[in-house]
Amino acid sequence: MAGTLDFSPDDRYNAFITTCRQAPFSDGALAGTAVAVKDNISTAGIRTTCASRILESYVPPYDAYVVGLLRKAGAAIVGKTNMDEFGMGTTTETSAFGPTRNPADPSRVPGGSSGGSAAAVAADLVPMALGTDTGGSIRCPAAFCGIVGLKPTYGRVSRYGLVAYANSLEQIGPMTRTVEDASRLMSVIAKYDPRDSTMLDRPYDHRPSADIAGLRIGIPEEYFGEGVDPRVAETVRNAIAVLEGLGAETVTVSIPGMRHALAAYYVICTSEASSNLARFDGVRYGPAVDTRKTWHEAYQDLREEKFGTEVRRRVMLGTFALSAGYAGRYYAKAQVARRNIMQDFERALRDADIIAGPTMPTVAFRLGEKTDPLSMYLSDILTVPANLAGIPAISVPCGRIDGLPVGLQLMGRQFEDERVVDAAYAYEQEVRA
Amino acid sequence: MITESDIEHIAELADIGILKDEVPEFTTQFNAILDYFEVLDTVTGEGAPAAGITNVFREDEPRSCLTQEAAIANAGSTENGFIKAPRVM
Repeated sequence: MAGTLDFSPDDRYNAFITTCRQAPFSDGALAGTAVAVKDNISTAGIRTTCASRILESYVPPYDAYVVGLLRKAGAAIVGKTNMDEFGMGTTTETSAFGPTRNPADPSRVPGGSSGGSAAAVAADLVPMALGTDTGGSIRCPAAFCGIVGLKPTYGRVSRYGLVAYANSLEQIGPMTRTVEDASRLMSVIAKYDPRDSTMLDRPYDHRPSADIAGLRIGIPEEYFGEGVDPRVAETVRNAIAVLEGLGAETVTVSIPGMRHALAAYYVICTSEASSNLARFDGVRYGPAVDTRKTWHEAYQDLREEKFGTEVRRRVMLGTFALSAGYAGRYYAKAQVARRNIMQDFERALRDADIIAGPTMPTVAFRLGEKTDPLSMYLSDILTVPANLAGIPAISVPCGRIDGLPVGLQLMGRQFEDERVVDAAYAYEQEVRA
Repeated sequence: MITESDIEHIAELADIGILKDEVPEFTTQFNAILDYFEVLDTVTGEGAPAAGITNVFREDEPRSCLTQEAAIANAGSTENGFIKAPRVM
């Protein structure tokens, strides 16, 4: 079986930056399945913008490793999805191509930064999409749009061909309507690639099982405390009770390093971004620079014009955090905090097999509601710890508040993605029955 | 406390252009974010090296790569197979 898929979606939520109206596919595990790809993942011959004006007409000469695996599995790559510019945001509002709207309520944001992928799946335009998760960018939009999103263990999916934002934190992962599909897509993309030197050879090949009898679920109080909407906390507690009804047991655990998590995350990701985004100089990829100007002048003028405000803010924050006299206070301390959080999770995951909590502290915001950068950053508090610790984390829909979806987040030990998938599958099968 | 001239200096270091009328807002936002980062002053402990993994190296041998044509296809301005850049000096 091979052919071409006609794809002309009604993209009323602005989920796509680019669509491929005639998408070729071939034989394989995903033969003929329409898959949308976040627009920071390189696709040979299909422009890849990172939702930024600076890459508006960039057409990669090669495929990301995961894209090659999708093609080999027979998938039809039908388009590139909208996102926060370079992945820097929690709402998809920083896209240079306009915001994506939430199919559950178009006056609300879909979450971010993989908001286009989430909206495309939630609106039934595609059954599957790839997102990327640096500090929650798969799980947040999955929770806000009411779909499933998996951030794999760091090092399990190749980042070759992913336009880097914060290398030590980010992973590509599946976004789907069902846990079974998330697992299918994960089985296709999680294969060893020697070109990503941060990968380990731990391929994922798993069929989910709903048998979770005896599973120990750790409940960290930090995930139900201040800043978490009590209605979200209650919805998630009810979901955990469903898992208990299936034979799981709960234990109280603690992640004391949580109080440093958000600050550590933002220091590390902006520091890495300030280095990574230096390559966007308008010379090698971008629009032409004015070669009559001096290097710095040309570079600064172009970056002021082509980068959005949030990207410039983060590059500047990272530059500051790494600058002489401040690196010890910010970057070095953030690395220690990261190590502490990693150890907190290792300890907690000796008493428990997985850890459960809400994915996001609230339901989806209204478009334009979050205008202050710090208050936007604070909404990432429950998702960034898994990135700092490098552990797998899945968000699965667990109910609605006033019609708006809530996500249950399940985190596990490194390279035990299968276990969080099984727990999410058990929950999903039980509530669908 | 970060001042407006600090912000202009950081923008210069980062090679990120900043407009005069953006400086006050960036300054206010930076100060709010850095106030929040102060929680890192209370971090204790030492960063330990990661255990159980090793660096991945290979011999520096030529491998197949992009053609010159493909490599410069996205450059905004080229001449005779080379990328044109602004002057450095």
